Amino acid sequence: MSKINRRKFLTIAGTLSAGAALTACAAPAPTAAPAAPAGGAAKPAAKQFKVAMVCPSAVTDAAFSQSMFDAIKAVQKDMGGESGLLLKYSDNVFQVPNAAAAIRDYAGQGFDLVIAHGTQYGNSLQEIAKDFPNVAFAWGTATDNFESKGLKNVFAYNPKAEEGGYVLGVLAAKITKSNVVGVCGPVEAGDAKTFVDGFKKGVTDTNKAAKVNVTYTGNFSDVSLMAAAAETHTKAGADVLTGSSQSVVGAIGIAKDKKIVWFGTQSDQAGLAPDTVGASQVYDWSGIVKEMINMINSGKKGAVSFETTLKNGGLKIAYNDKVNIPADAKAAAAAAAKDIADGKLKALP
Amino acid sequence: MLSEFFSLTVLTGIAYSGIRLATPYLFAALGEMFAQRSGVVNLGVEGIMLVGAFTGFAVATWTSNLWLALFCAAVVGIIMGLAMSYISVNMQAEQGISGIGMHLFGLGLSSLLFKKWLGSTKAITGFQPIKIPILGDIPIIGEIFFNHNILVYIAFLLVPIAAWVLNKTTFGLKIRAVGVKPEAADSLGVSVARIRYSCVTFGGMMAGIAGAALPLALINLFQENMTSGIGFIAVALVYFGGWSPTGVMLGALLFSLVNALQLWIQVLDKDKVIPSDFALMLPYIMTIAVLAFGKRTNQPAALTKPFERGSH
Repeated sequence: MSKINRRKFLTIAGTLSAGAALTACAAPAPTAAPAAPAGGAAKPAAKQFKVAMVCPSAVTDAAFSQSMFDAIKAVQKDMGGESGLLLKYSDNVFQVPNAAAAIRDYAGQGFDLVIAHGTQYGNSLQEIAKDFPNVAFAWGTATDNFESKGLKNVFAYNPKAEEGGYVLGVLAAKITKSNVVGVCGPVEAGDAKTFVDGFKKGVTDTNKAAKVNVTYTGNFSDVSLMAAAAETHTKAGADVLTGSSQSVVGAIGIAKDKKIVWFGTQSDQAGLAPDTVGASQVYDWSGIVKEMINMINSGKKGAVSFETTLKNGGLKIAYNDKVNIPADAKAAAAAAAKDIADGKLKALP
Repeated sequence: MLSEFFSLTVLTGIAYSGIRLATPYLFAALGEMFAQRSGVVNLGVEGIMLVGAFTGFAVATWTSNLWLALFCAAVVGIIMGLAMSYISVNMQAEQGISGIGMHLFGLGLSSLLFKKWLGSTKAITGFQPIKIPILGDIPIIGEIFFNHNILVYIAFLLVPIAAWVLNKTTFGLKIRAVGVKPEAADSLGVSVARIRYSCVTFGGMMAGIAGAALPLALINLFQENMTSGIGFIAVALVYFGGWSPTGVMLGALLFSLVNALQLWIQVLDKDKVIPSDFALMLPYIMTIAVLAFGKRTNQPAALTKPFERGSH
């Protein structure tokens, strides 16, 4: 029997380790993501600046994780490539204990900035940051930088997602013919909720006759349930759809199939379905990444909370020229964006 | 809300979506049912589905040939099913743990290949709905049952075929015998290893197809880890369905219908009288209730037990 036991052990160990190795393999070796260099470059440091990122979904998710990945790659390009900024990342780490282990590992490896890109990582990060006072951490979406808890090495960042939500709501209200608009929400919390609330207000402020139907799937990753939600909205008469989180690829696939317009958020989703995605609110974190690098290089490692808005350029509306959006809709959206930026219009109810 | 809820549009909408949503569960669970009836639990269904989903999507992206994409996903499923057979039959490994290994393997492999070969995803045009002549024109019934894409029809047609194979053929008798008392089957000259290999490999092929059904027939896009637990639910559906094809189908339909129902509740409940969290709990509450009150009539006695000639 001992022979069988050894064989069994080797088989199990082999299968598990092959799986683990492949899972690990899938994470590193990022490909270069093209991005236009933005103004206000981070000050070139004498030494290579090391950034680590831990995120809950794939860096190719066309949503939350990709938004930060693209931003860091843009800053990296701006700083002269890998010699100026080294990026290591662990993606698809939805489970908090696994993320906490990765964050701790990166902190211990001497990274200058460890970005915990997920609201759910907050509690763990608070504990880890205490143990590494010389490492700067950042987490979002969040407003609490833990300064009140005595921590000086944590940055927080938060998008005012409702702003772009409102602007996209104006567009949706202008182009809907059935006067029914569907919203595919993931979890009723965080920037997903503020985006949905802003979007609803944008629609109803612009078109009193329009109905906004909202569903939540209860998680950020269930692609097929998100597709079912989108299909339900179309059956209920919606001819324009939007939604948030990485699981919206399911809904975008349905929108393409039904030949209706989709409005995206977090990343520019036009590439997923060029004939379907009308516009996206893009989280452009590159500005705050540069700011954090500059602060860290000048000795400040945290205790700052950043907010991205339409006004400061951290949020952008990216149109997709391949989908025809009438000029009057774009003009109304631009006016709403200006009013929000000027503080004349509240995006949230 | 209530009057709206009982409107024809809503009720047909729920039934239509329920049937459509059940498709990947049905493919995966029917395959897994054969594996389990032969005595092997393959917990790696989720991993095989992921590789199937990637293969299907990648081939469809490169060639625009959906049938070739489906065929390739099935072949990949067969290969992974053979690997699982080798691990559980020849190596006699603990099936639960090796299944988790297979899941991790599939998760990692699909993510790795996606990053290396595709990098980004762009929607494809999947299988389009086919209206069955005459039947599709029947009001309500036609809309609910006879206006789906080809994979939905295939999945449901497999149910009676699976029941026939399992209950009316010699091969089916051998499968059942091997799953209940392998040593007795062996003494009568039935090759336990061959039967288990066939069933687990068939289960792998079905899991590959189930995975490919997501990008090719339901979603039109691929995303890493896109199965999001469907494979594990499929394994549970086999228990839920009492190891019978009809039971598995009813389980898949119940789960999908309640999921479709909760989405409609959210759409119609404008004033949010029912919290979305409650609506989302419905499919799981139903599942637990049925599991708690259901009978385990057909559970194979030799389930998860490796067979070695002469050791009994």
